[in-house]
Amino acid sequence: MAVDVATGLKTGGAGRGARAVRLSTADRITLTVMVVVPTAVVGVFIWFPTVASILLSFTNWDGIGGVGTAHWIGTRNYHEIATIYPPFWPAVEHNAIWLAFLTVVATPFGLFLAYQLDKNIRGTRIYQSIFFLPVVLSLAIIGFIWQLIYSPTEGLINNLTGNASSTHVIDWLGNPKLNLWAVLVAVGWRHAGYIMVLYLAGLKAIDPSLREAAAIDGAGEWHAFRTVVFPALRPINIVIVVVTVIEALRAFDIVYIINNGRNGLELLSVLVTDNIIGEASRIGYGSAIAVILIVISIVPIIVFVWNSFQERDV
Amino acid sequence: MSDDSPSMFDPEELAGRTMSRRGLVAAAGGGAAAAVFGLKTAQARGAVPASWLGEHLAYGTVSFGSNASDPVPKAAYQKVFKAFTAATGTKVNVNTVDHNTFQQQINTYLQGQPQDVFTWFAGYRMQFFAEKNLLTPIDDVWRKFGQDFSPAMRAASKGLDGHYYFVPIYNYPWAVFYRKSVFAANGYTVPRTWDQFIALCKKMQTDGLTPLAFTDKDGWPAMGTFDILNMRINGYDFHVRLMGGKEAWDSAKVKAVFNQWRELLPYYSSGALGLTWQEGAQQMITKKAGMYLLGSFVGQQATNAADHADLDFFPYPMINPAHGQDSIDAPIDGFLMSKKAKNVKGAKQLLQYLGSAAAANIYLRTDTNDVAANKLSTTARYNTLQKKAAKLIGSSKNIAQYMDRDTRPDFASTVMIPALQQFLNKPDDVNGLVSNIQKQKKAIFGS
Amino acid sequence: MTAEAVATGARARAKRKRMAMPRVALHGFLLVTAILWLAPVGWALFTSFRPYSDTQAHGYVSIPHTLSISNYRHAWSQGQIPQHFWNSMIIAIPAIAIILLFASMIGFVVSRFSFWFNVPLLIFFMAANLLPQQVIITPLYELYLRINLPTWISGSGLLYDSYLGLIVVNVAFQTGFCAFVLSNYMKTIPSSLSEAARVDGAGVARQFFGIILPLCKPALAALATLEFTWIYNDFLWAVVLMSSGDKRPITSSLLNLQGQYFTDNNLISAAAILVALPTILVYALLQRQFISGLTLGANKG
Repeated sequence: MAVDVATGLKTGGAGRGARAVRLSTADRITLTVMVVVPTAVVGVFIWFPTVASILLSFTNWDGIGGVGTAHWIGTRNYHEIATIYPPFWPAVEHNAIWLAFLTVVATPFGLFLAYQLDKNIRGTRIYQSIFFLPVVLSLAIIGFIWQLIYSPTEGLINNLTGNASSTHVIDWLGNPKLNLWAVLVAVGWRHAGYIMVLYLAGLKAIDPSLREAAAIDGAGEWHAFRTVVFPALRPINIVIVVVTVIEALRAFDIVYIINNGRNGLELLSVLVTDNIIGEASRIGYGSAIAVILIVISIVPIIVFVWNSFQERDV
Repeated sequence: MSDDSPSMFDPEELAGRTMSRRGLVAAAGGGAAAAVFGLKTAQARGAVPASWLGEHLAYGTVSFGSNASDPVPKAAYQKVFKAFTAATGTKVNVNTVDHNTFQQQINTYLQGQPQDVFTWFAGYRMQFFAEKNLLTPIDDVWRKFGQDFSPAMRAASKGLDGHYYFVPIYNYPWAVFYRKSVFAANGYTVPRTWDQFIALCKKMQTDGLTPLAFTDKDGWPAMGTFDILNMRINGYDFHVRLMGGKEAWDSAKVKAVFNQWRELLPYYSSGALGLTWQEGAQQMITKKAGMYLLGSFVGQQATNAADHADLDFFPYPMINPAHGQDSIDAPIDGFLMSKKAKNVKGAKQLLQYLGSAAAANIYLRTDTNDVAANKLSTTARYNTLQKKAAKLIGSSKNIAQYMDRDTRPDFASTVMIPALQQFLNKPDDVNGLVSNIQKQKKAIFGS
Repeated sequence: MTAEAVATGARARAKRKRMAMPRVALHGFLLVTAILWLAPVGWALFTSFRPYSDTQAHGYVSIPHTLSISNYRHAWSQGQIPQHFWNSMIIAIPAIAIILLFASMIGFVVSRFSFWFNVPLLIFFMAANLLPQQVIITPLYELYLRINLPTWISGSGLLYDSYLGLIVVNVAFQTGFCAFVLSNYMKTIPSSLSEAARVDGAGVARQFFGIILPLCKPALAALATLEFTWIYNDFLWAVVLMSSGDKRPITSSLLNLQGQYFTDNNLISAAAILVALPTILVYALLQRQFISGLTLGANKG
């Protein structure tokens, strides 16, 4: 995600507000190509399928035999999903818990780390590198690595705490009351580092005189943070919130690797793939879940876009 | 989906998928002349149909899609293909995909770029794709070796339209496995009735063992327990009708299955929903658990020869005397030809070879945990476990293909896997569970 | 940062030091946290060097009796790591080039000219990047099955199961983010430069390639680092749109190691480490670029 930390330091403008310039034909052609080609690619491969998903969600297509075999059934898929599809509401709940965990635990922890490491103590570079390391790992790899820790009989935790016999184990990944939290720890491990880096940049961009002034005032560190630093981070905070929400909605790889997203690890994204990619092939049904995902995602997307364009000098 | 014609689940069609007792005795190769692997000797003793031998034409390269991603079956297939190429000159290009992924992607696979020939399973799971016109009928291939298979095997290889689509290579029974030394050391005897079974579990528990290893992280292993309990309590015919969508899931009969199942839960491995079936097998093999209900492929986990020789099994105990122990799950694995096959001649030649006793013999020398489907394959090289498995399959009156092959794939994967996991988490709410299954079943099957 | 800002900042920080929480506690906390942070990767590393027989005999939490690199050798060959890594490169490198080209073109148009469609265009691109992948997966799959390609480009004759297919979807999915970043970055390039070029008679193309792009090198480098990591780590596109096992890029190939009959944790740890290694290396060597790409520094690097 991009972060525009330039709010406090708006540099000189570019071509904005430039007087209208007459363009030669060659220029017009070049500009047209420059705009049309990328737009076409994104339009055909992202937006067209998005619209198609929405349309398909109102059909009962099973994916075989061409789109012509699909039948329009109105909102029946949605009705079934909401009433008789057992994993749906748990999935919504899990996505919500995921979001809450990231917002309340992982993100503040990242902010905390950023704040401490911003103090330029000895070794700060090394600490930053260590905390950021999980971010470069794919969630699939993170799933594999953490399974070694959580495995009931062969994992690190159970063996260290003596819970690894065949008659009594703590079933971190198989117990539906525990496994979501176990996975969230692994995800938070990664998310915190990501947030930390974003906040570090934000902290650097804060006018130092502001913080000096707060320090001179003699107010406690927490007070200074609350009244000076945090408000100054407002532009970043909005982005952080959006990033957190998007990550919560996108979560897929790690639960898929662990147990295909069942038994306590249901997520909306996994339900979509279950119905579409598995042997099931209930394309219309899966598309309906995908549309629900779209609808939920629209809100943070709009917030992000709105915010980004507020900061620009359009 | 709801537009699918109900005739798909016609009881007569279902009957075509069963196996008669007589058919299976023959299928198990009882009485067939022994043949050694290697094409020449095999053909000399009649294990390979003579009509096949003339086909020394090379048909370029055939592509083969395989879900045999584990070392043992992978190596076994390699040997089979080597023999095939040596005999005909046609090459085989194998694309191996991890086992679970292959199954999960089968729909996209078949519509995308399937290989000419690919591994799959018998049962409705195969007939479903034939119905959707994704497979090539192979009646001409079957004409060459049809007589080498029992009528039951032949029936299992046909689609709902009566044409042949599937070439079987082996099958394997589901039974309760244990280690002989453990039973001997503790003085256990093989239980034949449910009461004896529970008593044995209790005794094992006091002896410090986990009586029944049980794992369901993968989602499908729990189906084995449901299948066998249903067949024991309600009989094979009801089971087949239930799989075919012809019976209600919220009936008293189905509830009886779950209630019976609840009796077993205290004896299961701790943390079963977090364990893979390999871990369950390890529990049984390392003597931490006493028994394990699984397919005979569990033997692949006993890598130590001494451990493997110590394995034994017994058929699931009787619950309802009316049904006794007359039914088992014994899924058949084999091959299909995709509709989009590019090298049709080569594919048919390969299928013909794969259906021969020679191919089965070669395969089973490396992967020694299954039983050949071809009547003419040799059983002389079978180990004790294989012989016993062949006998069990042969003596069973009814054979089912396992839930995820007997019923609609979308029902099995999106409804039953989560439902069984839910049962294991909340075994007391059977009414709520079955009524929800029934609602979903109606939505999927259409009735 | 400018030298002045650095000096001011340093003075401010020096002042704050005296009022901050006890240093010892902070160092202690950071140290413990850092060790715990590294523990999962460290554990995977430790397990990967232990032969399966060793852990079977003594358990995973034990002093190893033997250490070897046999797991790495097996992972390398059984997991066909070199081949899959090469597949990842075939997909990532062209994709990165095209993404950066497209993104800088869009960024250029949007930042140097004030067309009416600038804002909608940027929204068009950015929102595409924020959608969850599952939202488009089925129609995309069906689309891929219907686009024919000559076999010298794609072995399968279709966009499905081809390297080009994965390149295209990654380009479409990632361009938005880079376009946004580059458009912001290009705005910081003074208009006087373009003016001078225009006066000299340079057309739009020359301005773009000759002046603007070279000035964007730091941002391009940063984005390239980020994109490499993201494309390399991609899982879903490869699993759905590439069916040939041997053409799959590396992250999705890890699934192959979770075998049907045998799950060897030691082997999987070694494989996971091997797969993670390139991204860790890229990060270690190009940390600065990586982070600046994420944060879009206000200054020009």
